[in-house]
Amino acid sequence: MDRLKLKIIMVAGPPSAGKTSVTRQMISHLMLTESVAYLKIDVVTAFEDEEIHAEFGIPARKVYSGDMCPDHMGIMIMRDALEWAENSGATVLIVESAGLCLRCTPYFTNALGVCVMSSLSGTHTPFKMAPMIALADICVVTKTDLISQAEKEVFRESIRRVSPTMDIVETNAIQGTGMKYLFRTVDAVQPITSPDDIVLRGVPPLGVCTICVGKKTVGWQNHFGVIRRIDDADSIYNGD
Amino acid sequence: MPPSSEEITITVYPGRKKDGTPETFEPIDISPGDTISIVGPTGSGKTAFINDIEVFAQEDTVTGRRVLVNGEVPPEEFIRDPACKPIAMITQNTKCLADLTCEEFLRMHVATRNNLSENVVEDTIALANEFTGEKIVAGARMSALSGGQTRSLMIADAVLISKAPVLLLDEIENAGIFKEAVISHLKDLRKAVIFVTHDPYVSMLSERRIVMGGGAVRDVIRPDGREAEALARVGEIDRELSALRERIRVGDVIGGWTA
Repeated sequence: MDRLKLKIIMVAGPPSAGKTSVTRQMISHLMLTESVAYLKIDVVTAFEDEEIHAEFGIPARKVYSGDMCPDHMGIMIMRDALEWAENSGATVLIVESAGLCLRCTPYFTNALGVCVMSSLSGTHTPFKMAPMIALADICVVTKTDLISQAEKEVFRESIRRVSPTMDIVETNAIQGTGMKYLFRTVDAVQPITSPDDIVLRGVPPLGVCTICVGKKTVGWQNHFGVIRRIDDADSIYNGD
Repeated sequence: MPPSSEEITITVYPGRKKDGTPETFEPIDISPGDTISIVGPTGSGKTAFINDIEVFAQEDTVTGRRVLVNGEVPPEEFIRDPACKPIAMITQNTKCLADLTCEEFLRMHVATRNNLSENVVEDTIALANEFTGEKIVAGARMSALSGGQTRSLMIADAVLISKAPVLLLDEIENAGIFKEAVISHLKDLRKAVIFVTHDPYVSMLSERRIVMGGGAVRDVIRPDGREAEALARVGEIDRELSALRERIRVGDVIGGWTA
Protein backbone atom coordinates (compact mmCIF):
# COMPACT_ATOMS: atom_id res chain seq x y z
CA MET A 1 0.00 0.00 0.00
CA ASP A 2 2.99 2.35 -0.25
CA ARG A 3 1.64 3.89 -3.48
CA LEU A 4 -1.81 4.51 -2.05
CA LYS A 5 -3.73 7.37 -3.67
CA LEU A 6 -7.37 7.28 -2.75
CA LYS A 7 -10.12 9.80 -2.09
CA ILE A 8 -12.52 8.81 0.67
CA ILE A 9 -16.16 9.83 1.06
CA MET A 10 -18.11 8.76 4.16
CA VAL A 11 -21.89 8.87 3.83
CA ALA A 12 -23.75 8.77 7.14
CA GLY A 13 -27.37 9.30 8.13
CA PRO A 14 -30.41 7.51 9.51
CA PRO A 15 -32.21 4.66 7.73
CA SER A 16 -34.40 5.78 4.80
CA ALA A 17 -32.84 9.25 4.75
CA GLY A 18 -31.80 8.71 1.14
CA LYS A 19 -28.10 7.87 1.62
CA THR A 20 -28.09 5.43 -1.27
CA SER A 21 -29.92 7.82 -3.61
CA VAL A 22 -27.39 10.53 -2.79
CA THR A 23 -24.59 7.99 -3.25
CA ARG A 24 -25.95 7.01 -6.68
CA GLN A 25 -25.89 10.64 -7.74
CA MET A 26 -22.30 11.01 -6.51
CA ILE A 27 -21.22 7.81 -8.33
CA SER A 28 -22.80 8.97 -11.64
CA HIS A 29 -20.93 12.23 -11.30
CA LEU A 30 -17.61 10.79 -10.12
CA MET A 31 -17.53 8.10 -12.83
CA LEU A 32 -16.93 10.81 -15.42
CA THR A 33 -13.42 11.33 -14.09
CA GLU A 34 -12.67 8.68 -11.43
CA SER A 35 -12.83 4.95 -10.69
CA VAL A 36 -15.22 4.47 -7.81
CA ALA A 37 -15.46 1.62 -5.28
CA TYR A 38 -18.39 1.31 -2.90
CA LEU A 39 -18.55 -0.25 0.56
CA LYS A 40 -21.77 -0.64 2.53
CA ILE A 41 -21.59 -1.32 6.24
CA ASP A 42 -24.71 -2.79 7.76
CA VAL A 43 -25.88 -4.96 10.61
CA VAL A 44 -27.78 -7.97 9.31
CA THR A 45 -29.00 -7.31 5.77
CA ALA A 46 -27.98 -5.01 2.93
CA PHE A 47 -28.68 -5.07 -0.78
CA GLU A 48 -27.15 -1.76 -1.75
CA ASP A 49 -23.80 -3.24 -2.84
CA GLU A 50 -25.52 -5.60 -5.30
CA GLU A 51 -27.76 -2.80 -6.61
CA ILE A 52 -24.85 -0.39 -7.03
CA HIS A 53 -22.72 -3.05 -8.74
CA ALA A 54 -25.56 -3.98 -11.10
CA GLU A 55 -26.31 -0.34 -11.93
CA PHE A 56 -22.81 1.05 -12.36
CA GLY A 57 -20.60 -2.03 -12.80
CA ILE A 58 -18.17 -0.74 -10.17
CA PRO A 59 -16.48 -2.77 -7.40
CA ALA A 60 -18.97 -2.92 -4.54
CA ARG A 61 -19.12 -4.95 -1.37
CA LYS A 62 -20.69 -5.04 2.06
CA VAL A 63 -19.62 -5.83 5.59
CA TYR A 64 -22.06 -7.08 8.21
CA SER A 65 -21.33 -6.07 11.75
CA GLY A 66 -23.65 -8.63 13.33
CA ASP A 67 -23.42 -8.33 17.09
CA MET A 68 -20.93 -5.48 16.94
CA CYS A 69 -21.78 -1.79 16.67
CA PRO A 70 -21.72 -1.09 12.92
CA ASP A 71 -19.81 2.15 13.26
CA HIS A 72 -17.13 0.44 15.36
CA MET A 73 -17.09 -2.26 12.69
CA GLY A 74 -16.48 0.34 10.01
CA ILE A 75 -13.58 1.78 11.97
CA MET A 76 -12.09 -1.68 12.59
CA ILE A 77 -12.08 -2.75 8.96
CA MET A 78 -11.22 0.57 7.34
CA ARG A 79 -7.56 -0.19 6.57
CA ASP A 80 -8.66 -3.48 4.97
CA ALA A 81 -11.23 -1.52 2.98
CA LEU A 82 -8.61 0.92 1.72
CA GLU A 83 -6.49 -2.00 0.55
CA TRP A 84 -9.49 -3.62 -1.17
CA ALA A 85 -10.41 -0.38 -2.92
CA GLU A 86 -6.81 0.19 -4.01
CA ASN A 87 -6.50 -3.36 -5.32
CA SER A 88 -9.78 -2.92 -7.22
CA GLY A 89 -8.17 -0.04 -9.09
CA ALA A 90 -10.38 2.58 -7.43
CA THR A 91 -9.39 6.22 -7.08
CA VAL A 92 -12.40 7.02 -4.87
CA LEU A 93 -13.88 4.91 -2.07
CA ILE A 94 -17.43 5.70 -0.97
CA VAL A 95 -18.37 4.17 2.38
CA GLU A 96 -22.04 4.17 3.35
CA SER A 97 -22.80 3.70 7.04
CA ALA A 98 -25.54 1.49 8.46
CA GLY A 99 -27.33 4.53 9.79
CA LEU A 100 -28.74 2.84 12.85
CA CYS A 101 -27.34 5.04 15.56
CA LEU A 102 -27.26 8.82 15.38
CA ARG A 103 -24.97 9.17 18.32
CA CYS A 104 -21.83 8.26 16.44
CA THR A 105 -19.44 10.21 14.30
CA PRO A 106 -18.00 7.83 11.74
CA TYR A 107 -16.13 10.55 9.85
CA PHE A 108 -12.36 10.61 9.30
CA THR A 109 -9.87 13.38 8.85
CA ASN A 110 -8.76 13.91 5.23
CA ALA A 111 -11.99 12.33 4.01
CA LEU A 112 -15.25 13.98 3.02
CA GLY A 113 -18.01 13.51 5.62
CA VAL A 114 -21.50 13.68 4.11
CA CYS A 115 -24.48 13.65 6.45
CA VAL A 116 -27.76 12.75 4.74
CA MET A 117 -31.05 13.68 6.42
CA SER A 118 -34.64 13.43 5.30
CA SER A 119 -36.68 16.60 5.61
CA LEU A 120 -39.62 14.30 6.39
CA SER A 121 -38.02 13.36 9.68
CA GLY A 122 -39.28 16.48 11.44
CA THR A 123 -37.81 19.81 12.44
CA HIS A 124 -36.32 18.59 15.76
CA THR A 125 -34.32 15.78 14.18
CA PRO A 126 -31.16 17.82 13.58
CA PHE A 127 -30.89 18.35 17.35
CA LYS A 128 -31.27 14.64 18.04
CA MET A 129 -28.52 13.71 15.62
CA ALA A 130 -26.24 16.60 16.53
CA PRO A 131 -22.95 14.62 16.69
CA MET A 132 -23.49 13.21 13.22
CA ILE A 133 -24.12 16.70 11.83
CA ALA A 134 -21.54 18.69 13.75
CA LEU A 135 -18.54 16.70 12.48
CA ALA A 136 -19.69 16.40 8.87
CA ASP A 137 -18.41 18.62 6.05
CA ILE A 138 -21.72 18.91 4.28
CA CYS A 139 -25.35 18.09 5.06
CA VAL A 140 -27.63 16.86 2.31
CA VAL A 141 -31.31 17.34 3.14
CA THR A 142 -33.45 15.06 0.98
CA LYS A 143 -37.11 14.97 -0.08
CA THR A 144 -37.47 18.75 0.24
CA ASP A 145 -39.98 18.72 -2.62
CA LEU A 146 -42.51 17.14 -0.25
CA ILE A 147 -42.58 19.58 2.65
CA SER A 148 -43.91 23.05 3.23
CA GLN A 149 -41.75 26.12 2.84
CA ALA A 150 -42.09 26.86 6.56
CA GLU A 151 -40.77 23.46 7.60
CA LYS A 152 -37.98 23.63 5.04
CA GLU A 153 -36.76 26.87 6.59
CA VAL A 154 -37.12 25.63 10.15
CA PHE A 155 -35.27 22.39 9.32
CA ARG A 156 -32.42 24.45 7.93
CA GLU A 157 -32.40 26.69 11.01
CA SER A 158 -32.18 23.57 13.20
CA ILE A 159 -29.11 22.35 11.32
CA ARG A 160 -27.59 25.80 11.58
CA ARG A 161 -28.12 25.83 15.33
CA VAL A 162 -26.19 22.56 15.59
CA SER A 163 -23.49 23.79 13.22
CA PRO A 164 -23.67 27.49 12.29
CA THR A 165 -21.44 27.31 9.23
CA MET A 166 -22.56 23.97 7.84
CA ASP A 167 -22.77 23.69 4.06
CA ILE A 168 -26.36 22.56 3.44
CA VAL A 169 -27.59 21.08 0.17
CA GLU A 170 -31.32 20.64 -0.30
CA THR A 171 -32.35 18.07 -2.83
CA ASN A 172 -34.82 15.71 -4.28
CA ALA A 173 -32.09 13.09 -4.66
CA ILE A 174 -34.10 10.90 -7.02
CA GLN A 175 -34.21 13.74 -9.58
CA GLY A 176 -30.90 15.20 -8.50
CA THR A 177 -32.02 18.79 -8.00
CA GLY A 178 -29.46 20.85 -6.11
CA MET A 179 -26.79 18.16 -6.47
CA LYS A 180 -24.37 20.44 -8.28
CA TYR A 181 -23.47 22.00 -4.93
CA LEU A 182 -22.64 18.61 -3.45
CA PHE A 183 -20.61 17.72 -6.55
CA ARG A 184 -18.57 20.88 -6.15
CA THR A 185 -17.54 19.73 -2.67
CA VAL A 186 -16.99 16.16 -3.84
CA ASP A 187 -14.69 17.39 -6.63
CA ALA A 188 -12.55 19.25 -4.11
CA VAL A 189 -11.73 16.12 -2.06
CA GLN A 190 -8.00 15.39 -1.94
CA PRO A 191 -6.66 11.82 -1.97
CA ILE A 192 -4.90 10.29 1.01
CA THR A 193 -1.52 8.72 0.38
CA SER A 194 -1.26 6.50 3.46
CA PRO A 195 -3.77 4.69 5.66
CA ASP A 196 -2.29 6.69 8.53
CA ASP A 197 -3.70 9.86 6.97
CA ILE A 198 -7.13 9.12 8.41
CA VAL A 199 -8.12 9.22 12.05
CA LEU A 200 -11.53 9.62 13.60
CA ARG A 201 -12.83 13.18 13.84
CA GLY A 202 -14.80 12.45 16.97
CA VAL A 203 -14.85 9.88 19.72
CA PRO A 204 -17.60 7.23 19.44
CA PRO A 205 -19.81 6.84 22.51
CA LEU A 206 -18.62 4.73 25.36
CA GLY A 207 -19.96 1.23 25.57
CA VAL A 208 -17.92 -0.91 27.90
CA CYS A 209 -20.14 -2.79 30.30
CA THR A 210 -21.54 -6.21 30.97
CA ILE A 211 -24.50 -5.51 28.62
CA CYS A 212 -21.93 -5.24 25.82
CA VAL A 213 -20.69 -8.76 26.49
CA GLY A 214 -24.12 -10.30 26.48
CA LYS A 215 -25.48 -10.20 30.06
CA LYS A 216 -29.26 -9.88 29.74
CA THR A 217 -30.36 -8.74 33.18
CA VAL A 218 -31.83 -5.24 33.48
CA GLY A 219 -30.77 -2.31 35.70
CA TRP A 220 -27.40 -0.91 36.70
CA GLN A 221 -27.51 -3.01 39.88
CA ASN A 222 -26.86 -6.08 37.74
CA HIS A 223 -23.96 -4.69 35.71
CA PHE A 224 -20.45 -3.40 36.04
CA GLY A 225 -18.12 -1.44 33.82
CA VAL A 226 -19.34 1.97 32.65
CA ILE A 227 -22.80 2.14 34.23
CA ARG A 228 -25.35 4.90 34.82
CA ARG A 229 -28.09 5.56 37.38
CA ILE A 230 -31.03 7.75 36.50
CA ASP A 231 -29.90 10.73 38.57
CA ASP A 232 -26.26 10.81 37.50
CA ALA A 233 -26.77 10.11 33.81
CA ASP A 234 -24.28 12.68 32.55
CA SER A 235 -23.54 12.84 28.89
CA ILE A 236 -19.81 13.04 29.64
CA TYR A 237 -17.90 10.08 31.11
CA ASN A 238 -16.02 11.10 34.22
CA GLY A 239 -15.01 7.66 35.51
CA ASP A 240 -16.98 5.35 37.75
CA MET B 1 -33.08 39.16 1.96
CA PRO B 2 -35.17 38.40 -1.10
CA PRO B 3 -35.75 41.31 -3.45
CA SER B 4 -39.19 42.91 -3.25
CA SER B 5 -41.73 42.19 -5.98
CA GLU B 6 -41.06 45.53 -7.62
CA GLU B 7 -37.47 44.68 -8.37
CA ILE B 8 -37.65 41.26 -9.89
CA THR B 9 -38.10 40.12 -13.47
CA ILE B 10 -37.30 36.53 -14.33
CA THR B 11 -36.41 35.64 -17.90
CA VAL B 12 -36.49 32.09 -19.27
CA TYR B 13 -34.25 31.40 -22.27
CA PRO B 14 -34.78 28.44 -24.63
CA GLY B 15 -32.98 25.13 -24.22
CA ARG B 16 -33.49 21.79 -25.95
CA LYS B 17 -36.49 19.65 -26.81
CA LYS B 18 -36.67 16.02 -25.70
CA ASP B 19 -35.16 14.98 -29.07
CA GLY B 20 -32.17 17.25 -28.47
CA THR B 21 -33.03 19.90 -31.07
CA PRO B 22 -33.10 23.54 -29.93
CA GLU B 23 -36.25 25.20 -28.65
CA THR B 24 -37.28 28.22 -30.65
CA PHE B 25 -39.37 30.44 -28.34
CA GLU B 26 -38.56 34.08 -27.68
CA PRO B 27 -37.23 34.61 -24.13
CA ILE B 28 -40.15 34.71 -21.67
CA ASP B 29 -40.22 37.55 -19.13
CA ILE B 30 -42.05 37.04 -15.84
CA SER B 31 -42.70 40.29 -13.99
CA PRO B 32 -44.67 41.41 -10.91
CA GLY B 33 -48.43 41.02 -11.37
CA ASP B 34 -48.13 38.55 -14.27
CA THR B 35 -50.37 35.51 -14.38
CA ILE B 36 -49.17 32.67 -16.57
CA SER B 37 -50.51 29.17 -17.14
CA ILE B 38 -48.42 26.27 -18.32
CA VAL B 39 -50.60 23.88 -20.30
CA GLY B 40 -50.02 20.69 -22.26
CA PRO B 41 -50.57 16.93 -22.05
CA THR B 42 -49.03 14.78 -19.32
CA GLY B 43 -45.32 14.30 -20.06
CA SER B 44 -45.08 17.40 -22.26
CA GLY B 45 -42.58 19.13 -19.98
CA LYS B 46 -44.75 21.37 -17.78
CA THR B 47 -43.22 20.36 -14.47
CA ALA B 48 -39.69 20.46 -15.94
CA PHE B 49 -40.40 24.04 -17.03
CA ILE B 50 -41.32 25.27 -13.55
CA ASN B 51 -38.51 23.22 -12.00
CA ASP B 52 -36.12 25.16 -14.26
CA ILE B 53 -37.52 28.38 -12.83
CA GLU B 54 -37.40 27.09 -9.26
CA VAL B 55 -33.69 26.16 -9.45
CA PHE B 56 -32.76 29.08 -11.76
CA ALA B 57 -31.40 26.66 -14.34
CA GLN B 58 -28.09 27.62 -15.97
CA GLU B 59 -27.92 25.00 -18.73
CA ASP B 60 -27.49 22.47 -15.93
CA THR B 61 -30.89 20.73 -16.06
CA VAL B 62 -32.21 18.19 -18.59
CA THR B 63 -33.80 20.97 -20.65
CA GLY B 64 -30.62 23.03 -21.04
CA ARG B 65 -32.57 26.24 -20.35
CA ARG B 66 -31.22 29.36 -18.66
CA VAL B 67 -33.17 31.46 -16.19
CA LEU B 68 -31.91 34.93 -15.33
CA VAL B 69 -33.08 37.40 -12.69
CA ASN B 70 -33.09 41.03 -13.81
CA GLY B 71 -30.86 39.98 -16.70
CA GLU B 72 -28.20 38.35 -14.55
CA VAL B 73 -27.29 34.95 -13.14
CA PRO B 74 -28.86 35.09 -9.67
CA PRO B 75 -26.71 34.82 -6.54
CA GLU B 76 -26.33 31.33 -5.13
CA GLU B 77 -28.36 31.99 -1.98
CA PHE B 78 -31.43 32.59 -4.17
CA ILE B 79 -31.29 28.90 -4.96
CA ARG B 80 -29.75 27.41 -1.86
CA ASP B 81 -31.26 29.29 1.05
CA PRO B 82 -35.03 28.87 1.21
CA ALA B 83 -35.30 32.10 3.23
CA CYS B 84 -33.64 34.09 0.41
CA LYS B 85 -35.40 32.35 -2.42
CA PRO B 86 -37.70 34.71 -4.32
CA ILE B 87 -39.84 31.78 -5.46
CA ALA B 88 -42.40 29.75 -3.52
CA MET B 89 -43.47 26.49 -5.10
CA ILE B 90 -46.63 24.82 -3.90
CA THR B 91 -47.59 21.47 -5.38
CA GLN B 92 -50.14 18.75 -4.81
CA ASN B 93 -47.41 16.88 -2.94
CA THR B 94 -46.44 19.69 -0.58
CA LYS B 95 -47.31 18.64 2.96
CA CYS B 96 -47.20 20.12 6.42
CA LEU B 97 -45.74 17.44 8.64
CA ALA B 98 -45.68 19.27 11.93
CA ASP B 99 -48.38 18.26 14.39
CA LEU B 100 -49.05 21.87 15.40
CA THR B 101 -51.98 24.25 15.34
CA CYS B 102 -52.15 26.70 12.41
CA GLU B 103 -51.09 29.49 14.69
CA GLU B 104 -48.10 27.59 16.11
CA PHE B 105 -47.11 26.49 12.63
CA LEU B 106 -47.12 30.04 11.27
CA ARG B 107 -45.31 31.37 14.36
CA MET B 108 -42.63 28.72 13.79
CA HIS B 109 -42.15 30.09 10.28
CA VAL B 110 -42.25 33.72 11.45
CA ALA B 111 -39.50 32.93 13.96
CA THR B 112 -37.05 32.23 11.09
CA ARG B 113 -37.76 35.60 9.48
CA ASN B 114 -37.10 39.24 10.34
CA ASN B 115 -39.05 42.40 9.72
CA LEU B 116 -42.55 40.97 9.79
CA SER B 117 -45.47 42.88 11.18
CA GLU B 118 -46.84 41.98 14.60
CA ASN B 119 -50.14 40.73 13.22
CA VAL B 120 -48.69 38.68 10.40
CA VAL B 121 -50.03 35.38 11.75
CA GLU B 122 -53.60 36.68 12.03
CA ASP B 123 -53.26 38.38 8.63
CA THR B 124 -52.05 35.16 7.04
CA ILE B 125 -55.00 33.17 8.37
CA ALA B 126 -57.37 35.93 7.24
CA LEU B 127 -55.87 35.92 3.73
CA ALA B 128 -56.07 32.11 3.57
CA ASN B 129 -59.75 32.39 4.43
CA GLU B 130 -60.22 34.56 1.32
CA PHE B 131 -59.09 31.57 -0.75
CA THR B 132 -61.18 28.81 0.81
CA GLY B 133 -64.83 28.39 1.73
CA GLU B 134 -64.00 26.15 4.69
CA LYS B 135 -63.02 28.59 7.42
CA ILE B 136 -59.59 28.08 8.95
CA VAL B 137 -59.34 28.90 12.66
CA ALA B 138 -56.05 29.66 14.39
CA GLY B 139 -56.41 26.79 16.84
CA ALA B 140 -57.09 24.07 14.23
CA ARG B 141 -54.37 21.45 13.87
CA MET B 142 -52.49 21.56 10.57
CA SER B 143 -52.86 17.79 10.23
CA ALA B 144 -56.66 18.12 10.38
CA LEU B 145 -56.98 20.72 7.60
CA SER B 146 -58.54 19.75 4.28
CA GLY B 147 -56.54 19.87 1.06
CA GLY B 148 -58.14 23.21 0.14
CA GLN B 149 -57.44 24.73 3.56
CA THR B 150 -53.83 23.55 3.50
CA ARG B 151 -53.17 24.95 0.00
CA SER B 152 -54.88 28.23 0.92
CA LEU B 153 -52.77 28.59 4.04
CA MET B 154 -49.58 27.79 2.12
CA ILE B 155 -50.36 30.40 -0.53
CA ALA B 156 -51.10 33.00 2.18
CA ASP B 157 -47.89 31.97 3.98
CA ALA B 158 -45.86 32.36 0.77
CA VAL B 159 -47.33 35.83 0.23
CA LEU B 160 -47.18 37.32 3.72
CA ILE B 161 -44.48 35.42 5.62
CA SER B 162 -42.09 34.26 2.87
CA LYS B 163 -42.89 37.45 0.94
CA ALA B 164 -42.02 35.55 -2.22
CA PRO B 165 -42.46 37.74 -5.32
CA VAL B 166 -43.03 34.69 -7.54
CA LEU B 167 -45.41 31.79 -6.84
CA LEU B 168 -45.35 28.50 -8.73
CA LEU B 169 -48.57 26.57 -8.22
CA ASP B 170 -48.43 23.03 -9.60
CA GLU B 171 -51.84 21.48 -10.27
CA ILE B 172 -53.56 22.80 -7.19
CA GLU B 173 -56.91 23.48 -8.89
CA ASN B 174 -58.51 20.32 -7.56
CA ALA B 175 -57.79 21.30 -3.99
CA GLY B 176 -61.01 23.28 -3.52
CA ILE B 177 -59.76 26.87 -3.54
CA PHE B 178 -61.40 29.97 -5.01
CA LYS B 179 -59.37 30.31 -8.17
CA GLU B 180 -60.56 33.81 -9.07
CA ALA B 181 -59.92 35.08 -5.53
CA VAL B 182 -56.38 33.66 -5.57
CA ILE B 183 -55.62 35.20 -8.95
CA SER B 184 -57.10 38.63 -8.21
CA HIS B 185 -55.49 38.90 -4.75
CA LEU B 186 -52.10 37.89 -6.04
CA LYS B 187 -52.40 40.35 -8.90
CA ASP B 188 -53.34 43.14 -6.47
CA LEU B 189 -50.33 42.24 -4.36
CA ARG B 190 -48.09 42.49 -7.47
CA LYS B 191 -47.08 38.83 -7.27
CA ALA B 192 -46.10 36.90 -10.38
CA VAL B 193 -48.03 33.63 -10.46
CA ILE B 194 -47.37 30.63 -12.65
CA PHE B 195 -49.92 27.82 -12.73
CA VAL B 196 -49.26 24.36 -14.04
CA THR B 197 -52.79 23.41 -14.85
CA HIS B 198 -55.29 21.23 -16.66
CA ASP B 199 -58.15 23.49 -15.57
CA PRO B 200 -59.71 25.45 -18.47
CA TYR B 201 -60.88 28.26 -16.19
CA VAL B 202 -57.49 28.83 -14.54
CA SER B 203 -55.81 28.67 -17.97
CA MET B 204 -58.18 31.24 -19.44
CA LEU B 205 -58.00 33.55 -16.41
CA SER B 206 -54.23 33.83 -16.95
CA GLU B 207 -52.93 36.59 -19.18
CA ARG B 208 -50.51 34.26 -20.93
CA ARG B 209 -50.60 30.55 -21.73
CA ILE B 210 -47.38 28.68 -22.32
CA VAL B 211 -48.18 25.60 -24.40
CA MET B 212 -45.81 22.65 -23.86
CA GLY B 213 -45.17 19.64 -26.09
CA GLY B 214 -42.31 17.15 -26.49
CA GLY B 215 -40.42 18.70 -23.59
CA ALA B 216 -40.40 22.11 -25.26
CA VAL B 217 -42.30 25.40 -25.22
CA ARG B 218 -44.44 25.12 -28.38
CA ASP B 219 -46.25 28.42 -28.15
CA VAL B 220 -46.87 31.42 -25.92
CA ILE B 221 -50.43 32.70 -26.29
CA ARG B 222 -51.74 36.09 -25.20
CA PRO B 223 -55.50 36.02 -25.73
CA ASP B 224 -55.69 39.82 -25.06
CA GLY B 225 -59.46 39.85 -24.74
CA ARG B 226 -60.17 37.57 -27.70
CA GLU B 227 -61.44 34.97 -25.24
CA ALA B 228 -63.57 37.35 -23.15
CA GLU B 229 -66.86 35.87 -24.25
CA ALA B 230 -65.72 32.28 -23.75
CA LEU B 231 -64.11 33.19 -20.41
CA ALA B 232 -67.42 34.54 -19.10
CA ARG B 233 -69.17 31.33 -20.11
CA VAL B 234 -66.40 29.10 -18.66
CA GLY B 235 -66.70 31.07 -15.43
CA GLU B 236 -70.40 30.29 -15.30
CA ILE B 237 -69.75 26.62 -15.97
CA ASP B 238 -67.10 26.59 -13.25
CA ARG B 239 -69.49 28.15 -10.73
CA GLU B 240 -72.24 25.75 -11.75
CA LEU B 241 -69.93 22.81 -11.23
CA SER B 242 -68.85 24.20 -7.85
CA ALA B 243 -72.47 24.55 -6.79
CA LEU B 244 -73.17 21.03 -8.00
CA ARG B 245 -70.15 19.75 -6.09
CA GLU B 246 -71.47 21.40 -2.91
CA ARG B 247 -74.90 19.85 -3.38
CA ILE B 248 -73.43 16.38 -3.90
CA ARG B 249 -71.25 16.85 -0.81
CA VAL B 250 -74.24 17.57 1.37
CA GLY B 251 -76.11 14.52 0.07
CA ASP B 252 -78.54 16.00 -2.45
CA VAL B 253 -79.98 13.86 -5.21
CA ILE B 254 -79.60 15.84 -8.43
CA GLY B 255 -82.93 15.69 -10.20
CA GLY B 256 -83.29 17.80 -13.33
CA TRP B 257 -80.86 20.67 -13.94
CA THR B 258 -81.22 23.43 -11.40
CA ALA B 259 -77.63 24.40 -10.64
